[in-house]
Amino acid sequence: MKHGFRQSMAWLHTWTGLLVGWLLLLIFMGGTASYYKQEISRWMRPELPLAAVDRDVALGSAEHYLREHAGDALSWNITLPDERAQVIEMYWMNPTPPEGASRRAAYGSATVDPRSGEEVAARDTTGGEFLYRLHFDLHYIPAIWARYIVGFCAMFMLVAIITGVITHKKIFKEFFTFRPGKGQRSWLDFHNVSAVLALPYHALITYTGIITLVFMYLPWGLSARYPSDEMRYYDESGNRIVDMREASGTPAPLLPLETLLASARRDLGGAAIENVAVNRPGDSTATVTFSAQPAALSKLAPSVMYDGVHGKLLERSPPPGGASQTYGVLYGLHMAHFADPALRLLFFVCGLLGCLMVASGAVLWAAKERPKHLKAGRIGFGLRLVDALNIGAIAGLPIAFASYFWANRLLPLGIEGRADWEANTFFLAWGAALLAAFVWPKRQMWAWQLYAGAALFGLIPLLNALTTGIHLGVTLPAGLWSLAGVDLVCLALGLCLGVAARRMQRWQPPLSAAQRRARAMAATESTHRPAPVGAGEGA
Amino acid sequence: MSLASAMTDAAALAWYRRPWLGVLSRSLAAIFGGYALASASAVVLALLPVAPSQAVLTGMMVGVLVCACAALWAFAAASAWRAWAGLVVPTLLLFAIAWLQQGAA
Repeated sequence: MKHGFRQSMAWLHTWTGLLVGWLLLLIFMGGTASYYKQEISRWMRPELPLAAVDRDVALGSAEHYLREHAGDALSWNITLPDERAQVIEMYWMNPTPPEGASRRAAYGSATVDPRSGEEVAARDTTGGEFLYRLHFDLHYIPAIWARYIVGFCAMFMLVAIITGVITHKKIFKEFFTFRPGKGQRSWLDFHNVSAVLALPYHALITYTGIITLVFMYLPWGLSARYPSDEMRYYDESGNRIVDMREASGTPAPLLPLETLLASARRDLGGAAIENVAVNRPGDSTATVTFSAQPAALSKLAPSVMYDGVHGKLLERSPPPGGASQTYGVLYGLHMAHFADPALRLLFFVCGLLGCLMVASGAVLWAAKERPKHLKAGRIGFGLRLVDALNIGAIAGLPIAFASYFWANRLLPLGIEGRADWEANTFFLAWGAALLAAFVWPKRQMWAWQLYAGAALFGLIPLLNALTTGIHLGVTLPAGLWSLAGVDLVCLALGLCLGVAARRMQRWQPPLSAAQRRARAMAATESTHRPAPVGAGEGA
Repeated sequence: MSLASAMTDAAALAWYRRPWLGVLSRSLAAIFGGYALASASAVVLALLPVAPSQAVLTGMMVGVLVCACAALWAFAAASAWRAWAGLVVPTLLLFAIAWLQQGAA
C-alpha cells in the first residue's frame, strides 16, 4: 500500500471510519440512549402510577390476566417487573391458528400494569423500545437487512478502532495533548481524547455488539456442526431446559404460580426471578420454568422447571460450558444489565464519548480536506457531500432524538397509529435537518441546527411540566430519580449543544503560521526598532 | 504494428497500475476474502472434537476477530496480489481441514 505499515493503517482508519460514520453515529446514539431504555419508556408513559411494585403481586396479576385472556393458549411467557421497569411484559402462543393466518397471529402479547392487573392505561407509545430497536433494527426496512447493515458498519468500526490504535504511535502522550483553537489540529486532538479516554469501552462495545448477533453473521460453523437441527444448538449453548413433553389432552388445574415462585426462589439459592414460562397451562402435563435474573456480568442465569400440577421439581438447567460463559459475559457487557446507577451513568458517558469520537472523526476528515479545496478555489463535490452529511448527522440527529420526545408529549392521545407517528416524527425531523444541510452546507447551518437541538433538548423539562404531572417539581422532591434523570439529562444535553452552537457561530478561521509570523512581526516593528541581524550572537 | 502493440501493452500496464484499482482490489479482498477466511476458521473450530455447542460458539467469537485482522492484512500487504494470496491460501487450507474433519466424524 502506501509506503509503510503505519501509513497504510492510517489510510484504512480514515476511510473505514468515514464511509460508515454517519450511520454509526445513529447506531451509537441509539445504543447510548438504550442504557436508559426502561427509564425512557417510563417517562414516555406519564400516566402510570409512581409507586414501586412487588414481584409476587405482579406474578399474581399476570396469572390472573392470562387465565382470563389466554386460558386456552399453548404456552405463556411472563417477564416480571424490576426496579427499573414497572410493567409486566407477557406473550402467549395461541392454539393452532386458522389456515392461512399469518405467523404473527400465532402469538398474543400484552403489557400489564401489576397493580390493576389490566393492560397499561397509558398513551400509545413505543417508548425506549424504539430507540433500542433503532440501534440494530433501524426503521422502515426489514429487521433482517438492518441487522446485516448494522453488522457491516460495526465490522468497519472494529477495523477503524484497531487501525486507529496502530496509527497513534504515541498514543499515551497524545492522550494528554489538547491544543484548542487551532483548527484542524484541535479536531485531531479532540478526536484522540474522545477516542483514547474511552478506548477500552469503544473496543469492547463494538466487538460485543457484533457478538450479540454473530449467529446471523457467521452461521457456517453452526450449520456444519448441526446440519439437521439448529434449534438444538440454541438450547445447548444457551443452557436452556428443553421441555419435549406432549400434551395429554386431560385437563388438570394449574397450581397457583405464586406457590411455585416460592419453591423456585429456594431452589435457585434465593435468586431474584426474572422470567416465568408456562407450557400447556390447564393440561395434566403442564410445566412451569422459572429463570433467575442474571446476577453478575454474564447474561446466562440458571433456571428450574416444575410440574405445573403437582409442583415437583423436574429439571435444573445444566451448568454452562466455557464458551457459553464467555459468550454470556460478552453479551452481558454489551447490554450492561448488571450496571448499578453509577456504573450505568459511566456507560452512558462512554457512549456519548463514542458519539463524539465518531463525529469528530468525520469533521476532522473535512477539516483536513478543506485547505486543498480552498487552494483550488472551489469546494469539490466530495467535500460538499461530507459537509452536508456531517451537519445533517452530527447536528441533525440531536434534533431528531429531541423531536421524538416532543412528539410523545404533543401528539393528540386519540389518533390512529400514535406510536408510529412518534417514530415518524423522529425521521421527519432528521430528514428536514439533512435536507437543509444539503441545500446550504455552511458554518451558519451548523450553528442553526445545533441551536435548534439545544432548544429542543433544553426545553424538554419545561414541556414536561406544561403537559404532565411528572415534572421536576414533583419528581425531585419525591426522589424519583429515574424520572427526574430523563429531564435532567435532556437539560444537560441542551446546554452542551448550546455551548457548541455558540462556539460554532463565533468561530474564526485560525491564522496560518505564516500569517501569525507576519502579524507578530508587524506588532514588534511598531513598538521596537528591529535589532540588527545577528547582533546577539557570539556575545 | 509491433510499436502499436507495445504501446497498448504499456497502456494496459499503466491501467493495471492505477492506484484506485489496487485500492478496489484490496477492498474486495478485505470484505469478501476476510469474510471467507473468518467463515473457514469458524467452521474448523466448530468441528473440533469438543461439546458441539461450545465449539460452534468458539468458532463464531474467534471468527469475528479473524475477519478484522484479515481486513488489516489486505491493506498492510506489500501488493494487492499478496493481499489476495494471503487470504485465499489459508482459506482453502482451512476448508480442506474442515472437509477432512467432517470425513473423520
